Amino acid sequence: MSAAEEVVTEAPAVEAVPKRAMTLGVGTSLVVLAALVIAPLFVKNFIIFQMTMLLIYGLAVLALNILTGGSGQFSLGQSAFYAVGAYTSAILMEHVGMNYALTLPIAGIICFGFGFLFGQPALRLSGVYLALATFALATAMPQLLKLGYFEHWTGGVQGLVVTKPDAPFGLPMGQDMWLYYFTLVITIGIYVASVNLLRSRSGRAFMAIRDNEIAASAMGVDVALYKTLAFGVSAGITGVAGGLGAIAVQFVAPDGYTITLAISLFLGMVVGGVGWLPGSIVGSAFIIFVPNIAESISKGLSGAVFGVLLFLVIFLVPHGARQVAIVAQQMLGKLKKH
Amino acid sequence: MELFTNQVLAGIATGAIYACMALAVVMIYQAIDHLNFAQGEMAMFSTFMSWQMMQWGVPYWGAFILTLALSFAGGIIIERLLFKPLAKAPVLTNVAGFIALYAIVNSVAGLIWDFTIKQYPTPFGSSPFLGSQLISTHQAGMIGITLLMLILLFVFFRFTRVGLAMRAAASLPESARLVGINTSWMIALGWGMAAAIGSVAGMMIAPVVFLEPNMMLGVLIYGFAAAVLGGLTSPFGAVMGGFLVGIFENLVGTYIPGVGNELKLPIALALIITVLVVKPAGLFGRPIVKRV
Repeated sequence: MSAAEEVVTEAPAVEAVPKRAMTLGVGTSLVVLAALVIAPLFVKNFIIFQMTMLLIYGLAVLALNILTGGSGQFSLGQSAFYAVGAYTSAILMEHVGMNYALTLPIAGIICFGFGFLFGQPALRLSGVYLALATFALATAMPQLLKLGYFEHWTGGVQGLVVTKPDAPFGLPMGQDMWLYYFTLVITIGIYVASVNLLRSRSGRAFMAIRDNEIAASAMGVDVALYKTLAFGVSAGITGVAGGLGAIAVQFVAPDGYTITLAISLFLGMVVGGVGWLPGSIVGSAFIIFVPNIAESISKGLSGAVFGVLLFLVIFLVPHGARQVAIVAQQMLGKLKKH
Repeated sequence: MELFTNQVLAGIATGAIYACMALAVVMIYQAIDHLNFAQGEMAMFSTFMSWQMMQWGVPYWGAFILTLALSFAGGIIIERLLFKPLAKAPVLTNVAGFIALYAIVNSVAGLIWDFTIKQYPTPFGSSPFLGSQLISTHQAGMIGITLLMLILLFVFFRFTRVGLAMRAAASLPESARLVGINTSWMIALGWGMAAAIGSVAGMMIAPVVFLEPNMMLGVLIYGFAAAVLGGLTSPFGAVMGGFLVGIFENLVGTYIPGVGNELKLPIALALIITVLVVKPAGLFGRPIVKRV
């Protein structure tokens, strides 16, 4: 058999998720929203800060979910986009003196462009090749940020310190609480936009590509365009999350955005359930609180705990939090009948 | 000119290590069609084991052989326990599995041996090789050990029944099964051999990059670059790719101003992306045609 004749039928990289199963019902959404609005009124500042980070990582996981769950492409390089967003916000705030809220759309746009350009070669790659290219991107990013040429702007190894904004209009709330509500509004906005995106014509195109690329292109979907678009949208949202993260942590440095962050985000997506957008917040809670608990037992343990849990998830509940939610729903349904 | 020769030889020496990593990656890729992102961490763990044995007083070559055997067994155990059940799972699940393995091995090595940088001995010494200033004895040793291993592997795959069975299982699993080859165990054997090859790479590069849990990340990325350049479907290509990438890295670092060690990883990234865009099948790989 000559080499070029070899033919491979490829299974879809990600199991198909029906469109309706990607979101929560209206009632459940409102309950979750109410909880997110009321909760910070009753807790300490540090917990408010952690809830802010919960939303920020939730956004980053959501972005990865759109890419993987929506269009079936992988990325192990989300930390790179997160870093670019964080640095864009930090540099604009500290060197240009721009208002923090205005830096976020710019971070989003720059990351969208970066993701779109990175997606150009990536669209020729599928599955493992894409995972490989993004893995290399994530490992290379800290070195790029440390480069001597940009040191004037990026602060080199030292990084940059970012000032935390005060609440505007003399609102009677602390910095942490203001930032929380600010982040919450942006998160809800992006969540609603993402849900609508996946329900739109573009979203259907993403899913067609995810389920069968060749069939999708035969149906008239511009595969190259929609694949890069998915990459760009995902990178853009991650960039906004990165910008918010820089403001919340008040600090950016190259070693904050290593491959470990990319692994965490990937883990958050798998735990939350690939293709189930509300799962992003579950995954985010997981990647914020599990390391805290693990590190309190022993330093350096969090990687092992992450890894073991990831294996447990892919063996026992391959659909992540979505599967748990469905089982819970069915049990509730049975209880009601009795 | 002497600088040029010097850098090419140094490139061949590090290239030998990249060739080993690339070969290990390609062996697993051939067997199960997935990239082992944890290959570097497995090699790092093996290297730590050999270091620990030497701390306990085992002589270098004794520790070397023991580590090879342990890594081989470890690779088989990992495949049987963790990746055999995932054989039919989607790509995403497999990638998640490799990432999980990466995190576990890295973190456990840090827990056992902590994150401080350690010296690692070389059995060859670091004096000039054969009185020439071009290459050190350790670099010559690295090249020698790699070549010896490659020859042994070639003989194994070419002239033994098990080697033939492994090649059959990798190229046409269905037909191999029909003629009575236990393809499942051939995959496990591939994992064991990949782990052993990786451990050789780890033990050879450790005197250069020093021993610590993150030591293999850069080596692994260059190993990937080498595998992609040579073609993921070709073990011979992976080895050639390794030497080419090693030479390329050294020459770029020497002759292009401002590109030193601090751009090591971005160069590998650029290399991977360029190859994937220009010639996705690599120099020696075969193109793959897809069907709906």
